[in-house]
Amino acid sequence: MFTDNISDAVKNGGEVESVATRNGFGDGLLEAGTRDANVVALCCDLTESTKTHLFANEFPERFVQIGVAEQNLASVGSGMAAMGKIPFITSYAMFSPGRNWEQIRTTIAYNNANVKIVGSHAGVSVGPDGATHQAIEDMAIMRAIPNMVVIAPADVHEAHKVTLAAAKYDGPVYFRLGRSGTPVVTTEETPFEIGKAQLMFTRDESLEKSVGIVSTGSLLYNSLMAAHELQTQGIGASVLHMATIKPLDTEALTAFAAEHDVIVTVEEHQINGGLGSAVAEFLSETNPTKMARIGIHDQFGQSGEPEELIAHYGMDVPSIVAAAKKLIQN
Amino acid sequence: MQYLSSDQITTLEKQANEIRQSIIEMLTEAGSGHTAGPLGMADVFTLLYFALLKHDPKNPDWADRDRLILSNGHICPVLYATMAHAGYFPVEELLTLRKFGSRLQGHPHRESLPGLENSSGPLGSGLSQAVGMAIADRMDNPYTSKFVYCLTGDGELQEGQIWEAAMLAGKEKLHNLIVIVDRNGFQIDGYTQDVMPMEPLAEKWESFGFDVQEVDGHSMRALNDAIGKAQAVYSQPSVIIAHTIGGKGVDVFERDFRWHGNPPGKGPEDRVPKSEQAKVALEKLRTLAGTIDKDNHA
Repeated sequence: MFTDNISDAVKNGGEVESVATRNGFGDGLLEAGTRDANVVALCCDLTESTKTHLFANEFPERFVQIGVAEQNLASVGSGMAAMGKIPFITSYAMFSPGRNWEQIRTTIAYNNANVKIVGSHAGVSVGPDGATHQAIEDMAIMRAIPNMVVIAPADVHEAHKVTLAAAKYDGPVYFRLGRSGTPVVTTEETPFEIGKAQLMFTRDESLEKSVGIVSTGSLLYNSLMAAHELQTQGIGASVLHMATIKPLDTEALTAFAAEHDVIVTVEEHQINGGLGSAVAEFLSETNPTKMARIGIHDQFGQSGEPEELIAHYGMDVPSIVAAAKKLIQN
Repeated sequence: MQYLSSDQITTLEKQANEIRQSIIEMLTEAGSGHTAGPLGMADVFTLLYFALLKHDPKNPDWADRDRLILSNGHICPVLYATMAHAGYFPVEELLTLRKFGSRLQGHPHRESLPGLENSSGPLGSGLSQAVGMAIADRMDNPYTSKFVYCLTGDGELQEGQIWEAAMLAGKEKLHNLIVIVDRNGFQIDGYTQDVMPMEPLAEKWESFGFDVQEVDGHSMRALNDAIGKAQAVYSQPSVIIAHTIGGKGVDVFERDFRWHGNPPGKGPEDRVPKSEQAKVALEKLRTLAGTIDKDNHA
């Protein structure tokens, strides 16, 4: 059943609103800037797309328009952090951290600079723009860097909380956002803490077999619907939402794996290097568990509507259900 | 502008010479590292750390200090040697360069050594960091008299990121930013004009909105005058193209790009055999046989 972290609309099967996570960031950044005068924002000619304009309009003296120059974006952010600012550097995830990975590694992470890297338009749900603009490797390349925190918020409420938490956290943080509407599944009260997983759906313990679904980012809603469907088909299912994939909440993951027969990870990202890899790496060393990884299988995206693409790449509800059933039946 | 007396210049030249000797000793002990750039920039570093920078070696985190950003991290032996002679850490520690556990990493790591403002090595990122610092400082105080100095190589200017940063510095009219380019004319693979022509370099900077000066990078007086003028420019960022001689001070190393990436003992042998390179270099420096500028005192 749904835990208290989930909104009534989802619990009651009512109409679920869809809002882009970038909106939660835009509001969150404005709030963070109001709370702390050291918060500054930098953007590469994508101010409205990334929703950084809400901050820029309110605090023009604390906003730097970098132009189309993402390498400069990362290192200027590092320099500002060295002077005590809390820079949020924003662009599309494909360009930052996509294009400027080395600048992020050397001038932000190696310096342990207090810079927040915000990658909007992550995942194939970017839609019609096509593969060049669909970042599906961003978590992998960020997760590989020491000192870096990596977060994928599930919905607009969580994106808001992630932004405020990142502003308070002392050190480099990367988080990704989506362009398209993401079902609003949590509430303003749902807790968020960097590095802490949240249980979102608990299995019916009377059912003999059980699947543990570990989700991150935009696919929490599909994971919940898949868990619900599995239970109607007689298979116990739970959902653990892992918004922070680095540092991984290994305590929660250990307990979760112990309580379920198999684990399915769900992410709008390559299955290599992201959440699926992080979970597999940890469990294979501590509690080897049969797993299936839902995500993109070593392919590029393409143009299309978000729902078409999510279905095509096997991240929709039927695909998650099918993968879970196949895993538990073999 | 700060006036330098003839006596002060003599003292600075002696300090630069001692720093050059330390560079030879530390590179020889390390057995790897870059020689030409550090020797070529010893005069610039000496003038900055011993005469111009607002800084306090005993309080490296002093908030009101000027910031010195080394963008071409591979010339860090000159930075480390100058910092040690200025009192940031014991001169003896220079011999730990590039060794396991040392605070003097092969390329600078800010988190390792107090007084370092940035980590560098991958080229082209230092100017962006300096621009970020200058913007942030001006946000806090539009009339700031704190300066951010960014030292770059010339081969390094082939990195696109340099020009991204230059564009932003020009747009923001960062009067508190002073860039000093080590224009020694060569890089690992050869002369910059062969590898990737940089000229007309002054015009490039000018077109990005910089006040540009070209000076003899070994003349304390010329450098001091240029930096003083750069400090006085209020409406634009400044760049000083310092014409230097790679390997300066050891005549048998000078102007030879093969000394870019080799330490004494591993350099080209046509003028000095490997086994003699460190000894000869130190002798040249101690006897001032190297062609140190003698016209400074006029």
